[in-house]
Amino acid sequence: MSNAAQQFLEAAGTITRNLRHRGLIQTALRKYEVARDRKKSAFNDWSSARQSAAETKWDAINHLDTYLTEFTSKIEARGTKVHWCTTGPEARDTIRGIIKDAKAKCVVKSKAMTAEEIHLNEALEKDGFEVVESDLGEFIVQLRKEPPYHIVFPAMHLTRDEISDLFERELGSAPTREPEELTMIARRALRRKYIQADVGITGANFAIAETGMVSITENEGNARLTAALPRVMVTLLGIEKILPKLEDLALFLPLLATAGAGQTVTGYNTLYGGPRQPGESDGPIEWHVVLLDNRRTELLADPEQRDALHCIRCGACLNVCPIFRNVGGHTYGTTYSGPVGSVITPHLRGLQEWKHLSNASSLCGACTEACPVKIDLHHHLLQNRRNAVGDSPSWIERLAWRAHAFAVNTPALYQFGQEVARIVEPLRLRLQGTPLDPVKSWTRTRDLPPVAPESFKEWWRNRR
Amino acid sequence: MNAQERILARIREALKVPAPKPGSHGHGGHGRDVAPAPVFAFQGRPVQVARSWLPPGGSTPQEHLTRFAAASAELKTDFRCVESESEAHAQLRHIADSEGWARVASHHSPLTDAATAALARPTLFTDGGYVPDELEVCEVGITTCDVLVAQTGSLVVNSRTSGGRALSVLPPHHVVLARKDQLVCDLTDAFQRVEQLHGAHWPSMISLVTGPSRTGDIERILVLGAHGPKKLTVLMW
Repeated sequence: MSNAAQQFLEAAGTITRNLRHRGLIQTALRKYEVARDRKKSAFNDWSSARQSAAETKWDAINHLDTYLTEFTSKIEARGTKVHWCTTGPEARDTIRGIIKDAKAKCVVKSKAMTAEEIHLNEALEKDGFEVVESDLGEFIVQLRKEPPYHIVFPAMHLTRDEISDLFERELGSAPTREPEELTMIARRALRRKYIQADVGITGANFAIAETGMVSITENEGNARLTAALPRVMVTLLGIEKILPKLEDLALFLPLLATAGAGQTVTGYNTLYGGPRQPGESDGPIEWHVVLLDNRRTELLADPEQRDALHCIRCGACLNVCPIFRNVGGHTYGTTYSGPVGSVITPHLRGLQEWKHLSNASSLCGACTEACPVKIDLHHHLLQNRRNAVGDSPSWIERLAWRAHAFAVNTPALYQFGQEVARIVEPLRLRLQGTPLDPVKSWTRTRDLPPVAPESFKEWWRNRR
Repeated sequence: MNAQERILARIREALKVPAPKPGSHGHGGHGRDVAPAPVFAFQGRPVQVARSWLPPGGSTPQEHLTRFAAASAELKTDFRCVESESEAHAQLRHIADSEGWARVASHHSPLTDAATAALARPTLFTDGGYVPDELEVCEVGITTCDVLVAQTGSLVVNSRTSGGRALSVLPPHHVVLARKDQLVCDLTDAFQRVEQLHGAHWPSMISLVTGPSRTGDIERILVLGAHGPKKLTVLMW
């Protein structure tokens, strides 16, 4: 078993017994479900909207080279510098270079899962830069020195009391039980940062090929401030974020907000097409767009699972997943958790090390049903299981299956096996639960169905 | 070969094998099977079709207005549809008095110039540049907008004709002045209007603003005014 698998099992074993955690997640996700269902019902036809979104994303991903070229040439024409980065370290070094050239001290950052993916903050802090997360949830988990718990709701696992204690300890604020007051503490702490910061770093939700713009979705206004006041702006995005046309957003913005947060559209959806243009009163003088591959092209090369690149990171599949709801976000030990994380992580970080994630699923298909761009998530988990075995077959398993195949293809042998099973079953039942049970790895957490008193063949013979 | 060429080459290599069209759950792949026909053919612009599946925005100007008002109420946007510009100014003065605005921020345009003159308070105009600290202490940012959206209760500001990137998001109260004919049915119409207005010469930022700044990051409880404005007022006539 890989280290990652061992850690997953241990963390899952602990957290599933934690009733406090369970209560928090259930409450948060129940609220989400009510809001999402209400907003879904406002659609004239939710399932057709999903199909249309899936086809638009299919078009974008299956013509990725054309659209990326169009995007780049349009956005460069307005004075934006585009950087193409093959690996995480390359992207990190590019951004470190930009910040050093800007002679920056303070960096303000809005939420970006791609930055988590390449461990940007750690790298920048090691260089001695102060990096301030401005999204409230991210600000909280940054103070706790923790990765985000959920790709959309980073601090979902914390109570207001824990957040109050954290603010008291880290920011010296007075304790409070009011979410509003806690939010205002963060607002006051961050307000100066937007004005002081030399560099603002953002992620992006969509890249529009037709007009050469990125679109950033948020609720708080922190991304807008991050992109307004610092003199240098950096936007980091994966190459799969492409949408062909501006008006595609008319479909994707409501779809993302409804599936992700139960909103019609989120508070701010902002298009950026360049640094400050002539005649404009503010905005960064320099804008760097960093396009990240980081093995996305390897996923692209698998036509069976290529649609995993359609993902718009709404988090809907996490919210409905019975595994996620039990083990929580941190157990996965990955940047992207839940069903979509289990599908893409083996591609991005190595199949053998992360193949256990394919089993972190009941294959119920709730994720596939919830996905607003119709990614075939639960089938991809099955395909990853198959690929993991094909990649590195275990000889014991191969031998066992060959023996099984031989037995079921040889009627006499099969019948003999049945007789033996019937005879030894009372003995096995007596051993069940003791260390001597020969199938204890199965019966520890599951029932073993009893051997039938007669086989179908015998039953049929007796009836005639 | 530079990094761009290398990544594009990898993409082209990967795309040599076609992927099944969406909606073919569990089937196809490996390019062996014939991909099933898409449910909605890729002819031209699927979004023009998709529009009819989205939440509706209404079909008459009156319905648009009703829908916008309902969405605003849900979003906690203070939406006031008034009879005339002078009535809008009277409302604005009333809000200014009750909130005690000492410093107002705005930008130059026919609508905002008339409004700031009617307010007669110290005003910071952001046109041509400003000091961020001075904008930060203003109690309100008054701007125009490009278009308003009935379907979602949103409005669109941009960095060239709405006073820059920060004016509509840094002060704690954002007031938008708008004319009734700027209200359109849905996001599809809104993006078309924005393209008509700016397509020849895009501003560096275009923002679809939907309600005041909000967060639900603490126990999923809604709080207004996370980092942006705590209040959003739309005055329309």
